[in-house]
Amino acid sequence: MPMEQVEIEKLIKASLPDAQIEIIDLAGDNNHFSAHVISAAFEGKSRIQQHKMVYDALGDKMGGILHALALKTSIKKD
Amino acid sequence: MTDQTAQNIQTTIDDNPVVLFMKGSKKMPQCGFSSAVVNALSYLEVDFKDVDVLEDGELRDGIKTFSDWPTIPQLYIKGEFVGGCDIVKEMFESGELSAYLKDKAIPHKV
Repeated sequence: MPMEQVEIEKLIKASLPDAQIEIIDLAGDNNHFSAHVISAAFEGKSRIQQHKMVYDALGDKMGGILHALALKTSIKKD
Repeated sequence: MTDQTAQNIQTTIDDNPVVLFMKGSKKMPQCGFSSAVVNALSYLEVDFKDVDVLEDGELRDGIKTFSDWPTIPQLYIKGEFVGGCDIVKEMFESGELSAYLKDKAIPHKV
């Protein structure tokens, strides 16, 4: 059972309220997404820690019903 | 994760400077993300140990607990978790991966 884009945004926003999220459904199947997450909460964190913050927000969905999420994180918009 | 699995993982990353826990093998990757990391390492002519998590369900879940990282592939260099596909690709494209390999004294193409 794939996952809706809006659900991904909701989960991330619940953990990172200030996050700006740009999501693209890569395959049009609600299962392969790319996401760029911008949040001040990433300040001072390594890339691995930043990605873990997003994965933690997605809970057990990541690697489960959400098969593939190509992730990019930034502290502020480029 | 059983202690045996944790021990196997620890031994593998201790005994091999560069380890890629992946789906499939370096010759026959079974997933696009795994394949992307294999390509980056091959381009840089890095010698690495490939571990096919599809051959061992215990390992496939255990490595996620071990690294506290929910997806495969997972790259380890000198016993340290470097990242999954996204991070390794970003490092490769920015030149950070070459710098990291140099810093860890891992032979690679410059």
